[in-house]
Amino acid sequence: MGSQGGGWGLSKEFLDLVKSIGEARSKAEEDRIVLSEIEILRRRIIEPDIPKRKMKEYIIRLVYIEMLGHDASFGYIHAVKMTHDDSLLLKRTGYLAVTLFLNEDHDLIILIVNTIQKDLKSDNYLVVCAALTAVCKLINEETIPAVLPQVVELLGHQKEAVRKKAIMALHRFHQRSPSSVTHLISHFRKRLCDNDPGVMGATLCPLSDLISTDVNAYKDLLISFVSILKQVAERRLPKSYDYHQMPAPFIQIRLLKILALLGSGDKHASENMYTVLGDIFRKGDSSSNIGNAILYECICCVSSIYPSSKLLDAAAEVTSKFLKSESHNLKYMGIDALGRLIKINPDIAEGHQLAVIDCLEDPDDTLKRKTFELLYKMTKSSNVEVIVDRMIDYMISITDNHYKAEIASRCVELAEQFAPSNHWFIQTMNRVFEHAGDLVNIKVAHNLMRLIAEGFGEDDNGEDSQLRSSAVESYLRIIGEPKLPSAFLQVICWVLGEYGTADEKYSASYITGKLCDVAEAHSTDDIVKGYAVTAIMKICAFEIAAGRRVELLSECQSLIDELSASHSTDLQQRAYELQAVLGLDAQAVERIMPLDASCEDIEVDINLSFLSAYVQTSLENGARPYIPEDERSGMLNIGSFRSEDQREASTHALRFEAYEVPKPSVRAKSPVPHAPSTDLVPVPEPTYVQEVQATSFPSVYDAGPMEPKLRLDSVQKKWGRPTYSSSAPSASNSSSQKPVNGVTQVDGPGTTSSQKRDVPLSSRRSQVEISPEKQKLAASLFGGSSSKSERRSSSTGQKTTRVNSAAVKKSEVVTGTVTSAEQPSKKAAALQSPPPNLLDFEEQPTSSTTPTVDPFQQLEGLYGPNEVSSSVDHGAGRPSDLLTMFDTPTSDLTSSTTNLSQTDMSETNLLSSFSNPTNSNTQGGNMGTQAVPLKKGPNTQDALEKHALARQVGVTPSGKNPNLFKDLLG
Amino acid sequence: MIRAVMVMNTQGKPRLAKFYDYMPVEKQQELIRSVFGVLCSRAENVSNFVEANSIFGPDTQLVYKHYATLYFVFVFDSSENELAMLDLIQVFVETLDKCFRNVCELDIVFNFSKMHMVLNEIIFGGQVLETSSSEVMKAVEEITKLEKASNAISLVPKSVSSWQS
Repeated sequence: MGSQGGGWGLSKEFLDLVKSIGEARSKAEEDRIVLSEIEILRRRIIEPDIPKRKMKEYIIRLVYIEMLGHDASFGYIHAVKMTHDDSLLLKRTGYLAVTLFLNEDHDLIILIVNTIQKDLKSDNYLVVCAALTAVCKLINEETIPAVLPQVVELLGHQKEAVRKKAIMALHRFHQRSPSSVTHLISHFRKRLCDNDPGVMGATLCPLSDLISTDVNAYKDLLISFVSILKQVAERRLPKSYDYHQMPAPFIQIRLLKILALLGSGDKHASENMYTVLGDIFRKGDSSSNIGNAILYECICCVSSIYPSSKLLDAAAEVTSKFLKSESHNLKYMGIDALGRLIKINPDIAEGHQLAVIDCLEDPDDTLKRKTFELLYKMTKSSNVEVIVDRMIDYMISITDNHYKAEIASRCVELAEQFAPSNHWFIQTMNRVFEHAGDLVNIKVAHNLMRLIAEGFGEDDNGEDSQLRSSAVESYLRIIGEPKLPSAFLQVICWVLGEYGTADEKYSASYITGKLCDVAEAHSTDDIVKGYAVTAIMKICAFEIAAGRRVELLSECQSLIDELSASHSTDLQQRAYELQAVLGLDAQAVERIMPLDASCEDIEVDINLSFLSAYVQTSLENGARPYIPEDERSGMLNIGSFRSEDQREASTHALRFEAYEVPKPSVRAKSPVPHAPSTDLVPVPEPTYVQEVQATSFPSVYDAGPMEPKLRLDSVQKKWGRPTYSSSAPSASNSSSQKPVNGVTQVDGPGTTSSQKRDVPLSSRRSQVEISPEKQKLAASLFGGSSSKSERRSSSTGQKTTRVNSAAVKKSEVVTGTVTSAEQPSKKAAALQSPPPNLLDFEEQPTSSTTPTVDPFQQLEGLYGPNEVSSSVDHGAGRPSDLLTMFDTPTSDLTSSTTNLSQTDMSETNLLSSFSNPTNSNTQGGNMGTQAVPLKKGPNTQDALEKHALARQVGVTPSGKNPNLFKDLLG
Repeated sequence: MIRAVMVMNTQGKPRLAKFYDYMPVEKQQELIRSVFGVLCSRAENVSNFVEANSIFGPDTQLVYKHYATLYFVFVFDSSENELAMLDLIQVFVETLDKCFRNVCELDIVFNFSKMHMVLNEIIFGGQVLETSSSEVMKAVEEITKLEKASNAISLVPKSVSSWQS
C-alpha cells in the first residue's frame, strides 16, 4: 500500500501524530495526544518566520485536530492569512482550511472577502475555482453584493469548469437569499443553452429549485427540457459524459425531476413528455445501478404527471422488477415506487402482496420502515386491524424514540380514521399509550378523552355509553400495571372519574380505591395525582347528587390529608375542593358537578355584562370609572393587552410582555379591575337562588379554574370519528366560535337541505369490513384493495359524508358476511327484508329536517332480497351504483372511476368539508331554540350560570393553554 | 442538495467530514457519532439506505457504502436520487483509487487534504459537479501540477513507508 505522500510534504511529526492517534487504546488517550498536539501547535504557529512549507503543514494539522472534534480556533487567523499567499498551493490550502473552519457569519470573513474579490479576477483559473469554492461556503447575505458582479462576469469565462462553478455559486446565492439574485434569473435560462453540456447540466440545479417554487413561470422551458432529455437519452452527448454506459445519467435524473414538477396537474404539458418518457423506459438498463436510478426517477415522474395508462403500465412493470430483485436497494426503491403508483391505481399493489410482506419481514430496518410507510398509505377500513397491529408490534420492538413516536402517531391516526369497532379502538389506543404514551403528543391524550366523552356520535347514546364502559373496563384491568406512561394515566383517571360509575357496574368505593392506588403508586407525578384527586371528587359528587351517602375510604382520606399539605398548590387546592364538595348537599353538588357534562358548552360572556348593574351602583356611589390600561395617561404601555390589536401598527415599540396572552381572559378581566375576586358574582337578584347559593361557598366557587386539564370544549375537533354528537357540543362548536354575536352565524344559510348532503354512511362494523377468517396476512392486507378507502375527514368535528363505493359493496357481498351484518339504522322497521348493508342509510341524528321515511331506503329494501339470494351477483353493484349516483355527485364519481381512489378520496374529503357547514347549520338551526336565549341579550342569569359552569368545568380561560383559544377565536 | 459527506472507519473515527451547511464542531462530532451508531448496527447484505430524519432533521436521507475498513456516507435531501447518490459514492471511491492506486485507509489519513480536493471536484456547494472519475482525475492532476510549478519552495517528500514496517 504505497502511499502517494510525495509532494505533500508531511513531516515526521505529523506522521507520528496520526500514528499515535491511530494506536490510541481509548478515547481518553486520544484526547491526551490531541491536547498535547494543540499545545505544540499553539506555540509553534506564532513563531516568527515560519517557512511556508511548515506553515502549510501546521494548518493541515489544525484541520485534522478539528476533524477529531477539538477546538482549533486559535489557528483560524493563520488559515485566513494563508489565503492571501501568492503560491497556489498555499492559497488553496488556506481556502480549504477556512471553508472547513468558518461559517458565513464568522468575524474573520470580513478579512477574506477582499482576497476573494481579487482572486475571482485572477488570470489563473485554478485560483478562480478555489475562490468560487470559498464563495459558496463563506459568503452570506450581506457580502453577496461584494462578489456578485465578479461571479456574474465569470459566467462568460472561457473555461467551462469556471462557468459551471459560477452557475453553482449563483445557485448558492439564490438559496441563501433569493432576493439578491432575482435580477439574474435570466442568466440561468441563458446558460441552459451553453455549448458545454456540463454547464447546461449545472444550470438544471438552480432551475429545478426555481421551478419548484413557481412552476408557471417556467412552463415555456418545457419544450427545451424535453428536447434536451431526448438528445441525452439518444446519446447525442460526447462519450465522456457516459457513466457506466449510461449517457449523462445525472443530467437525465435532474431533467426527470424537473419534468415531474412541470407536468404535475397539467395535462397538456404532460402529453408533451409522454414520448420521451416512454423512450427512456424502453431503453432503460436495469442491470446497472445507475440505470435503475433513472428508471426509478422515471416512475416518480410518471406518477406525478397527468397519468397515461401506457406509461403507468411500464412503470408498474419496472416496479415489479424492483420488487422481485434480490438487491435490498432495489426492493427499497420498488416499495417506494409502489407507494407512488398506488396513489394513482391501487390495484397495482395487488400483484405484489407477497413481495411486500417479504419486505415487511425483512431484517433490514430501512426496508421495513419503508414498507410500513407504504402500508400506511394503503390502509383502509378493510385492513386497518392487521396493519395497525403490525405497526404496534414493530413500535414495541424498536428503541429509536424518534421513530417510535412517529409510528405511534400514525397508529393513532389510522385507528381513529378507520376503527372498525369501539372495542378495537379502545384496545388499540391502550396498546399505543402503554408503549409510547410518553412519546406521543399530549394532545393525542386529550383527544382520546374527548372522543370517549363525545362518543363516535352516531345518533344513539347506547353506543356511546358502550364505548365508555368498554373503556372503563379495560382501564380498570390495566390500571394496576407498573410503569404506565403519565399521559395514559391521565386519560385513565379522567375517564374513570367521568364514567367509572356511570353504568353502575362498579361501585363508587371500588373506583375511588383504584384511583387512590394510582395516586399512591405515582407519588412523584403531580399531574397524575391531580387527575386522580379530581376524578375522586367527581365520583363523590355524582354519588352525592344521586342521593347516596359518601363515605371516604380510609386510604382516600389519608390521601386527601396528605395532599392538603402538599407543596404543590394545585394539589392542595384540589384536595380542599374535594373536602368542600363532600360537605355540600345534593342540589348544590349537582350544580357544581353535573353528570357527564364534560361536553357541555360553556358560554363565556366576555363583556361581563352581568356586572354592569353592579358597576353602575358603584359609580353612583362615587367610585371612579374604569379607565382601560392603555388609555391611562402617564403610564407605560406595559401589559397593555388592548394594544395587541394594534400590534402590527406599533411594532416599533418595545414589547415587554413575555407571552401572547389569550384574549378572552384578558378582556374578561379588564373591565373590572377593582373588583376583588369574591365580588365577581354578587348580583343581588333574589330570583337566582342557585347562583346565590353558589356564592355562599366561596371556597369552591371562587377557586378559579378547578380543572386546568381538560378544556376540550370549543376546541376544533382534530380527529375522532366525525360526528354529529347527540348533545349540544357539536352545535356549539359552530356557535361558540363567536360567542358574542354567535347566533347570526348559526342560523345563517342553514337552508341547504341536509338530506341532499346526507350521503349514505358506510357501516363501520367489523363484521362487514373484514372477513372473519384472516387466512393469510396477504389476504387481509390486500383483500379489498380494489375497494375504495374511506378516510373520515378528521379536521372537522362533524359527521363526514361518507361515500360508499360499489366496489366495497361487491366485495362485501362476495365475502358472504352480509348476513351477519347488523343493520344499524333505527328505521329497520321500515324495511321489508333484512337489508344487506349495502347502502346502509342512516338517519340524521337530529332528524327534524329529515323525512321520516327515506325514499332511498325503501329502494334499498327493494333490492335487498335480490342480493341476498344471489350473493355473487355482480348486478347488485350496479343498482347501488345508480342509487349512489342519485344520491350525490360525489359518490357517483367515486364508484365510476375506480382507479383514482386517491383523488377521489381528497374530493370526498373536500366535499365532506363543504357539506359540514351545511350540516352544522342544520344542526345549529335545530338547536337554535335552545341556544338563542342563552346567548342573546344581557340576560344576567344565563350569563351567571354559564360563568359558573365555566369555572366548574375548568374552561375559564386562564392562559395556560393559549392554543386552545386560538381555535376558539378562529 | 447534498448536506454532508463523511468518511469514517469501522471504529467510528472520522476520516473526513464535510458539511455543506455550517455545523459547529461539537455538532459535527455528535452527528458523526450518531451516524456511526446507526451504521455499525446494520447487518451485511442489507440496503445502503438509512432514513436520517432522527439525526439530521426532516427530509433527509443517508446513503452509505462500506469499503474494507471505511464507511463512506452521503447525507442529502429529497431532491436527490438515492441510487444516484450510491453511484456518486462509487465515483468518489473510484477517483480516490485512481489517485492513490489501490486506496486504503492510510492513504486518506495522511492525505486527507487531497481527499478534500477530489471531493471538491465532485461536489460543489452541495450539488453534483462532476460524475466522471477520469474528468475529476484530470482536474486534480492539473491542480497538483500547477501547485507544484507555482510553488517555489521545494517540499521535502516524505514517504509513509518508513513507519509501516
